[in-house]
Amino acid sequence: MIQVEHLTKRYGSHTAVEDVSFEVRKGEILGFLGPNGAGKTTTMRILSGFFPATEGRAIVAGFDVFKQPLEVKRRLGYLPENPPLYGEMSVNSYLRFVANIKGVDRAQVGSRLEEVKIRCGLAEEGPRLIKQLSKGYKQRVGLAQALIHDPEILILDEPTIGLDPRQIIEVRELIKSLAGTHTVILSTHILPEVSMTCQRVIIINKGKIVAVDTPENLTGQLAGGETIELEIGGSVDNIVALLQEIPGVKSVSVGERKNDHNPVCVETEGAKNVRHLIAQKVIGSGLELYQLRTRSISLEEVFVQLTTEEEAKEEAVEGEGK
Amino acid sequence: MRNYLAIMTKELHNLFVSPIAYVLIGVFFALTGYFFYMILVNVIDFTMQQAFQAQQFGTSTPPFDASAAVMRGFFSVLSTLLLFLVPVMTMGVLAEEKKQGTIELLLTSPLTHLQLILGKYTALVVLLLVMLVPTMFNSLLLYFLSEPSPPLATLLVGYLGAFLLGGALLATGLFVSSLTENQIVAAVLTFGVFIILWVIDAAAGTGTTLTSETIRYLSILNHYDDFTKGVLDSQHLFFYLSFIFLGLFLTSVSLDSSNWRQ
Repeated sequence: MIQVEHLTKRYGSHTAVEDVSFEVRKGEILGFLGPNGAGKTTTMRILSGFFPATEGRAIVAGFDVFKQPLEVKRRLGYLPENPPLYGEMSVNSYLRFVANIKGVDRAQVGSRLEEVKIRCGLAEEGPRLIKQLSKGYKQRVGLAQALIHDPEILILDEPTIGLDPRQIIEVRELIKSLAGTHTVILSTHILPEVSMTCQRVIIINKGKIVAVDTPENLTGQLAGGETIELEIGGSVDNIVALLQEIPGVKSVSVGERKNDHNPVCVETEGAKNVRHLIAQKVIGSGLELYQLRTRSISLEEVFVQLTTEEEAKEEAVEGEGK
Repeated sequence: MRNYLAIMTKELHNLFVSPIAYVLIGVFFALTGYFFYMILVNVIDFTMQQAFQAQQFGTSTPPFDASAAVMRGFFSVLSTLLLFLVPVMTMGVLAEEKKQGTIELLLTSPLTHLQLILGKYTALVVLLLVMLVPTMFNSLLLYFLSEPSPPLATLLVGYLGAFLLGGALLATGLFVSSLTENQIVAAVLTFGVFIILWVIDAAAGTGTTLTSETIRYLSILNHYDDFTKGVLDSQHLFFYLSFIFLGLFLTSVSLDSSNWRQ
């Protein structure tokens, strides 16, 4: 549905996006993850036809964004970082205006307006002036604006920014409900948001793509080994030495004793599963095993790891250059 | 067509929902009314004096078309007021869209630049008409009450001139507004451009070289003179229409290049 090939955007000597290529399949929700200033907004603006790229190609819904921009724009809903609202207009007249310029069939403007308002929780707000709405409601109007012409493709730049926790959940549900029928790209710097809403993630840093995968794979792939947390009752003086005998165990650490339970943290390397061996060792030495679980590495850790790895590499390259 | 109408309606809504339009219209009416009255009084004084002198010295009064003099004075006031007020009319039209980020909505909608620019320009022209048309009341007063009354054609040509001048200024202002995202900067820049276009013929002097003739040709008020005399010259018509075209064309180029730069 969306095909991006070697996209580069330069502002003078500054490169905002460098050689970015990716693909989004029909009905997929893709998350664009990166720190502020990584090039998320720039990429989205290029895809929405707001400005052209310096180099590269982007095909959206079968049309080249640079050669047939109007065809692309007809099929695309875009919510910029700051919702593009006219404060002096009422919600109804604003949405009607957007419906008109997006080319919604004249006879359907009324019904689209009602549908979008219900979908975005604006049913009661129709006659209110936009400038009187709270930040959360403004964001909803922005979302309604992107949905009004029922576009095949939605590009949402930080759709949950500025919302309270309940509204965030509502917006996420709304986005999830679009999956399958709509192709969605959303950007965010909130990591849990990606694992909650997206089927695939692109991690972008300093204008370059550092990883593309499903949220599950990303967390699994990077972990390399597991972190296993245990809770053991009784005296644990010897346990460290015992556990370290198990092949595949990298390190063992004992935490502070709480209610007669000792938290123990075991880090393993390699893909080999050693949990059963750990359990055997603990019980075999006469201790009580209350809990054994693997802590999966969170996207947050993946993200930090990926973005700092990149920096380390860059520094190394720069160092060699000198 | 539908896109164009949507943009125009939205723009008119924006213009008339803000106090700027009403302040503009109010100031414009007050000043045109005041100046019309002042000119009328001056011209009447002048003719009375002439008549008095003629009586005293037993000479005949030189021929003097009082109503034409009033109209010329009035049209020149209109043009000066437009130079001052048009920058305020156009300052926000594109600058504010940029500042508020709504330009992102417009430029990612299936709109052509032509629809966008013409929509906005038409809304401005409507505001110009709302300002100009009621001042015709003054002139009609003259038309119905003075003896001899100025020919209706003269009045209409004069108004056509004011309308074309206003249109050219609006197109220039629209272009300047597309260059910045600050309304005040847009207004000051526009006003600066108008002043240059206004006084440029002074720089040219009275020389007959090609340069000075060209510079004089560019002076935006030179072309207005004939209209105030009731003379309709296709040369001036062409000047204003090409000026409008140039302004709108430059606006389109500016929207394009700001796409590249941002």
